[in-house]
Amino acid sequence: MSGGTALELAASVRRGDRSAGAVVDEALEAIAARDGEVGAFLTVPGDEARQAAGRVDELIAQGDDPGPLAGVPVALKDNLCTRGIPTSCASRILHGWRPPYSATVVERLAAAGAIPVGKTNLDEFAMGSSTENSAFGPTRNPRDTTRVPGGSSGGSAAAVAAGFVSVGLGSDTGGSIRQPASLCGVVGVKPTYGAVSRFGLVAFASSLDQIGPLTTTVADAALVLDVIAGPDPADSTSLPDAPEPLVPVLDAGVADLRVGVVDELVAAEGVQPDVRDAVEAAAVALEAAGASVDRVSVPSVEHALSAYYLIAPAEASSNLARFDGVRYGLRVDGTDAAEMNARTRDAGFGTEVKRRIMLGTYALSAGYYDAYYGQAQRVRTLVIREFADAYRDHDVLLGPTSPTTAFPIGDRIDDPLAMYLSDVCTVPSNLSGHAAMSVPFGADAEGLPIGVQVLAPARGEPVMFRAAAIVEDAAP
Amino acid sequence: MSPDLEPVIGLEVHVELATVTKLFCGCPNEFGAEPNTNVCPVCLGLPGALPVLNERAVEFALRVGAALRCDVPEQSIFARKNYFYPDMPKDFQISQYEEPICVDGVLEVDGTRIGIERAHLEEDTGKTTHVGGGGRIHEAGHALVDYNRAGVPLLEIVSRPDLRSPAQSRGYVEELRGVLSAVGASDVKMEEGSLRVDANVSLRAVGSEELGTKVEIKNMNSLRSLTRALEFEIERQRDLLATGERVVQETRHWNEEDERTHGMRSKEEAFDYRYFPEPDLVPLAPDEALRARARDAVPELPAARRARLAAAWEITDADARLLVDVAGLAEYVEAASLALETGTPRDLVNWATGDLLGYLNESALAPGALPLAPDGLAELVDLVADGTLSRNLARDVLDEALREGKRPEQIVEERELAQVSDESELADVLDQVVAEHPDEVARYRDGDDKTKKKLRGFFMGRAMQATRGQGNPQLLNRLLDERL
Repeated sequence: MSGGTALELAASVRRGDRSAGAVVDEALEAIAARDGEVGAFLTVPGDEARQAAGRVDELIAQGDDPGPLAGVPVALKDNLCTRGIPTSCASRILHGWRPPYSATVVERLAAAGAIPVGKTNLDEFAMGSSTENSAFGPTRNPRDTTRVPGGSSGGSAAAVAAGFVSVGLGSDTGGSIRQPASLCGVVGVKPTYGAVSRFGLVAFASSLDQIGPLTTTVADAALVLDVIAGPDPADSTSLPDAPEPLVPVLDAGVADLRVGVVDELVAAEGVQPDVRDAVEAAAVALEAAGASVDRVSVPSVEHALSAYYLIAPAEASSNLARFDGVRYGLRVDGTDAAEMNARTRDAGFGTEVKRRIMLGTYALSAGYYDAYYGQAQRVRTLVIREFADAYRDHDVLLGPTSPTTAFPIGDRIDDPLAMYLSDVCTVPSNLSGHAAMSVPFGADAEGLPIGVQVLAPARGEPVMFRAAAIVEDAAP
Repeated sequence: MSPDLEPVIGLEVHVELATVTKLFCGCPNEFGAEPNTNVCPVCLGLPGALPVLNERAVEFALRVGAALRCDVPEQSIFARKNYFYPDMPKDFQISQYEEPICVDGVLEVDGTRIGIERAHLEEDTGKTTHVGGGGRIHEAGHALVDYNRAGVPLLEIVSRPDLRSPAQSRGYVEELRGVLSAVGASDVKMEEGSLRVDANVSLRAVGSEELGTKVEIKNMNSLRSLTRALEFEIERQRDLLATGERVVQETRHWNEEDERTHGMRSKEEAFDYRYFPEPDLVPLAPDEALRARARDAVPELPAARRARLAAAWEITDADARLLVDVAGLAEYVEAASLALETGTPRDLVNWATGDLLGYLNESALAPGALPLAPDGLAELVDLVADGTLSRNLARDVLDEALREGKRPEQIVEERELAQVSDESELADVLDQVVAEHPDEVARYRDGDDKTKKKLRGFFMGRAMQATRGQGNPQLLNRLLDERL
């Protein structure tokens, strides 16, 4: 680890113990030395990073406040737009594209003094659970480089787990922050839908996507979320009220909290026994810390995965239509616009992206809409209603994040349905728009990290972080 | 040809709203800028950019809804209409589908109520220019796309199939255009494409309630082409049905050059737009304050204004329509009418729809931009009414007033144009004319009507010469009678 947590790094930079320049150089050196075996990064804009660090050091020299993340190197998933720096979504179709603007989260991190040191690998357009669906090759899990880091934010999770940076940003449409966090042994948060602006996040499924942090500690995640969350006039779906700051409530404990272990998540298809045991152990730890703990049933989560795999591809089929070769990115010429368009998309998109565009196009087609997209939306409404019931007498819920620990590279790449099952415990929170996070909690027999998922209602981040802090403390 | 078939026509009018900025971003909404200068990540549909709804466009839509007596449901939603086209940056159009902002309105056209099914907000596309091959798409070497228009706010107003003739359809568009202009929602310039009309046409037996197979006609760029295209299409369908053939449901394009509608290939027809709710926008739920602001902004509408002016000023319906149809003219004349002293509003309207309108057309000025203020026109009308100016002199004065920006009274003074109405002065003039032409006087007294008329003109001409055209003609006529 290059110098500790984000909290520690920012504190030492703010105190002047270390310069932002030195911190960033150390991160860049670590990436140069060791990312060859991990493959977390697609682009490392070293010059821009050093310049940004220089500006932070100038502020400090002038006695100005450099911000709460002063000098903290961060890794950005490569579906977050960065002005002038390639943003590829790990797809050939965005070949050569440099956005003329930065995502709101990138601007907010920069304003808080953080230094983006690189753009990280992902499953193409965030579609996948292993970061193997990248046009630029897979990322490897730093805990065991024969295994996947999870996905789709596998690059950011691996960058944090490898110690290249203490903060990564990912996006979570069906578990794409939490599942790689779980597989890499780091903390990953999917905030409440609308808590963090999506402006500048290349959309996969607009009604499900949320940006969130990947960090080594719960406190760092709170620190980052406090910086990036909040209303944004550029995103119509961002929540209008400022969120309650999380850092001050981290130590509030759980004595007054009611915790429910979700039966259907613990018993979901393919959950490893040691993952299940970890959830139960976390529940015991929360009870020991004063929370009341019981079981709760949310039957509709069993249908959530099917609904998710109709809604997300449907939105994606529309969101990805714009990659047509006309304005930016790859163009493969044809005799007319339609042929150029078809050839460009055929050459530019990978197999999984094409599969989902086909699925989504079908789900929205005349004659099938009601049976597929319409039915999926009805399931989504049911999921929301049942979670609302569960939260009537619970503050937070508990379940596994990923059914399994990290699986070997290549293991599921030819079996999409097995891959899709990786998301079975995480998609319900995307469908409901609620908050959820993964907290590392021990390891399986092979020493691979296990994550426990803490779920909370919309805007329930304060109670979620209080519970997560206890789980983190109790982790073996 | 079957004589008892009647046309059934419904119109879809797309109108560009006169907002300062586009529907979902802050780019200027203006016509005629350099290509691809009014663009940003949002209206170019760049990855990661998100739409934010322009509240002013919503207000304009609500004004139109109020003017067309539409219901405005508590909320409406935006939807994505998905299809690939190079001038559509996202390859989907943000529109409204199942839940539009305005529903169930009505527009009265010459005493007939035409139902309005819905009015919905949507974004415009860019513009493609095919280069080479004489402008024909399939011969073009390449295409240039200008995205300045992409994201410009449109309101699509869909009528019920209540129209029964090309003339009535044209009347509907004219009436609607007047309403849109009156509420300030659009500059309604068909030639700049800020108002575009598509038509659905079918035929059915008179008296039948069922609708026949409809054809959609696109690409009508003027009121004239709307009328001509509908006339052509009605005859085409009539001929088909008369020979026992079927009308095929399809979209046909009006061709201005050969004045015919042409079917598109069925392959291009097979669109499935895969509408679904736009997840990047929240439901549109105008609050009461916005609704009230829109309602309050609806002024007197053209039909009501025409009826009021016709009744109050005793002018013809045609004059009332002319006053109201020319943007700003009715306001100008109403302002002038307040300044009238001896003239009547009817006199005023005659001047306004005659010489003044002629000058407006010639100068392409709006009435509000004329150098002659409304009370200046009133002054001119009064000068005629009180006998100071003859109509002929008044026309010269108005012309000078409009061109030079002078007040009529000032021109009369400068050019000493005031009509001579002094009876003793005119009597002296006539005495002299009569004295100088004893032969003509004698011929007049013995002559038939024809001779009298001719000689009367001669005496008046001499009298006018002597008064430099300023003798009061009525007075001169009476005094001449006394002397002959």
